[in-house]
Amino acid sequence: MTREKIRAIIVEVISQILPDEDLSNLRGDIRIRDQIELDSMDFLDIIMELRKRYGIEVPEDDYIQLATLDGAVAYLEPRMTHL
Amino acid sequence: MNYDVAIIGAGMSGLAAGIRLAHFDKKVCILERHHRVGGLNSFYNKDGRQFDVGLHAMTNYVPKGTKSTPLPKLLRQLRLRYEDLDLCQQRMSMVRFPGRTLRFTNDLGFFVGEVSQQFPQQADNLQRLLKHISEYDELSLQAKPLSARQVVNGIISDPILADMIFCPLMYYGNAQEHDMEFAQFAIMFKSIFCEGFARPRNGVRHILDLLVRKYRECGGELRTRSGVRTIGVSGSRAQSLVLEDGEVLTARNVLSSIGYVETMNLLSQRDAPASGLEAGQLSFVESIMVLDRQPSELGLDTTIVFFNNSDRFSYRKPNAPIDTASGVICCPNNFHYDSPLPEGMIRITNMASFDRWNSLSQEEYGAQKKACMKAALEAAVEVVPDFRRNIMSTDMFTPRTIYRYTGHLNGAVYGSPRKIRDGRTHLENLFICGTDQGFLGIVGALLSGISMANLHLLRV
Repeated sequence: MTREKIRAIIVEVISQILPDEDLSNLRGDIRIRDQIELDSMDFLDIIMELRKRYGIEVPEDDYIQLATLDGAVAYLEPRMTHL
Repeated sequence: MNYDVAIIGAGMSGLAAGIRLAHFDKKVCILERHHRVGGLNSFYNKDGRQFDVGLHAMTNYVPKGTKSTPLPKLLRQLRLRYEDLDLCQQRMSMVRFPGRTLRFTNDLGFFVGEVSQQFPQQADNLQRLLKHISEYDELSLQAKPLSARQVVNGIISDPILADMIFCPLMYYGNAQEHDMEFAQFAIMFKSIFCEGFARPRNGVRHILDLLVRKYRECGGELRTRSGVRTIGVSGSRAQSLVLEDGEVLTARNVLSSIGYVETMNLLSQRDAPASGLEAGQLSFVESIMVLDRQPSELGLDTTIVFFNNSDRFSYRKPNAPIDTASGVICCPNNFHYDSPLPEGMIRITNMASFDRWNSLSQEEYGAQKKACMKAALEAAVEVVPDFRRNIMSTDMFTPRTIYRYTGHLNGAVYGSPRKIRDGRTHLENLFICGTDQGFLGIVGALLSGISMANLHLLRV
């Protein structure tokens, strides 16, 4: 799967959890929670949605790598090659 | 049948937990003893009319787009849209004590102004209390119990104002007599004074329909008329559920919303370690009056009136069937709906003693209901315009009714005074949510189910 596709998937997952947030200007290099209202419950939901939809397991120690959109894409790319 | 999770009780907390679990593909079954969902917040039909039980109003009202408060949090967790709740805001509510009235709306500034006017000496103290509440982490699962009376008395030096603040917070979500846990005080203060009241036009059934529909869409299974008779225990695990009709289910995890003591009473091995938790004692009677006109035509414009007619406000189980010294008067008509409700209705809630009601014969029970309704009305019309000549029809439910339909011991609507914040029991796969876990009120109950599902059943 391409990086663009993965990025679009993450944004789509966030939009499902936060339907009222404007995500069109989300920057890749700044922490997601510094740009939109995203608490720890919402963050866990992103992780769980990824597991539900794509079977990707993210161990708790790796959560930090998904703090930015760029980080999340880089982390997920090798884990989504088969999709 | 074998499930990932079996949930006992289809009230607000059980349904919310069920939605979370089913959404994340758990095989989940909710078992409800009654033929209807809702538990402590339910409804019934009588003489072609619809009556709500429990919910007077949803607390925690915030406008769409508000951040970081409980209501949007739970909507996100349940994947519901703001519009789905169909919330209509209250007009105005009040706390009425002898010679004093504090009105409040869904705008905290209005309430602050009322306090400054009625209690000018206390205006600065109220600001200090607001600051203290806003800086307190009331949702921490580790917080040590703290007496709200002590905290508030240290800040608000007029005991009448303190009582007036406590009155609505206790009535809408306190399981303790006389005092309140400070975290619970902070939760209730925010939910009522900082946020506010709203109601779906169709009342509690709108919320229940929404939850059940969502749960089923996610693939959850709901069984009504399916009470659990026994939870089979083997070693440190809840092994099976035996239903009242004899069917046996198994589940990897069990989440019970029916109360801690009530759950322990179902265990096949009754060797639960002493938890210090007792069934709660606080229950209520509610008198429901259908009027021949809208309450506003009689000069009754307020949404909810919390009143106290005695010198000091006393929140405790009375030594009588009913305590009319204080109470809550709710007009479901007085919310901002697009069009008025078809009939006028007034609901009066008073504290009551379960024992006093439970010991009556059927005949005495009927007579007692009549006498108590008369007393409740007499006390109510001291604080709102007299509507007694406009009553077309009445009904009443008592602690006995609550016990009968919900199974909550003593008809205790807010559960045990002590809570199990982390929802754990001595069995490794049996968890508690709902009133005895500790977040109270409708929004609290929903958050209880959500947070217990998240904490124990969704993280593998």
